[in-house]
Amino acid sequence: MKIRYFAWLRERIGTAEEERDLPENLVTVADLIAWLSRIDEGYAYAFEQPETIRVAINQEHVEITQPLLDAKEIAFFPPMTGG
Amino acid sequence: MSAFKVRVQEENFNCEEETKSLSANRKDIGAIVSFTGLCRDENQTLAALELEHFPGMAEKQISFYCQQAVERWPLTGLTVIHRFGKIPAGEQIVLVIACSAHRRAAFEAADFLMDFLKTKAPFWKKEHFLDGQTGGWVEAKQEDEEDTKRWQ
Repeated sequence: MKIRYFAWLRERIGTAEEERDLPENLVTVADLIAWLSRIDEGYAYAFEQPETIRVAINQEHVEITQPLLDAKEIAFFPPMTGG
Repeated sequence: MSAFKVRVQEENFNCEEETKSLSANRKDIGAIVSFTGLCRDENQTLAALELEHFPGMAEKQISFYCQQAVERWPLTGLTVIHRFGKIPAGEQIVLVIACSAHRRAAFEAADFLMDFLKTKAPFWKKEHFLDGQTGGWVEAKQEDEEDTKRWQ
């Protein structure tokens, strides 16, 4: 799956996007966040407060409880500050 | 009307030109409301804001809310332009122009769109200060989130 990071998530993790093979036992976005958090300190820091993270699957906003199903691309970012 | 114009771009925009292109050769427009958001420096410390965005999703999200606006109000023209990249203090960041036969629809549609651009369009602002230091990422404001509830 293609995983993209924006703003301070990108800075903390150290990459804007990556391709990862996910274990089959990851069901929801929350499962993926927990799995990513265990990769290293950067990921742990980025996801230390999962409730503040916003998520988009295939460029549509989704909740953290959303099943991953066959999502091709997932993006993680902070609350938006446009306008 | 069902058409609207959405642009996400690095370069600056010209409100007057955009307004003219909406109203040229038209006689059915009675009201034009335009909103321009600027890069603000309240403490004489900010050099620029750097706007990061999610290309593709930004256009899709803005278009989604434009579509909501044209379904909700009888608009006769609608343009939204949002810039990205490093924007010096004092420069323009965002433009919304809403046209209608009467003022209320134009005011409300522009107000509605700005509320959702602030909270749902994937843009993030980082501060760059005059002393060369890079500040933090601008934090989302709870009141902006509250403002969107006015439209439920």
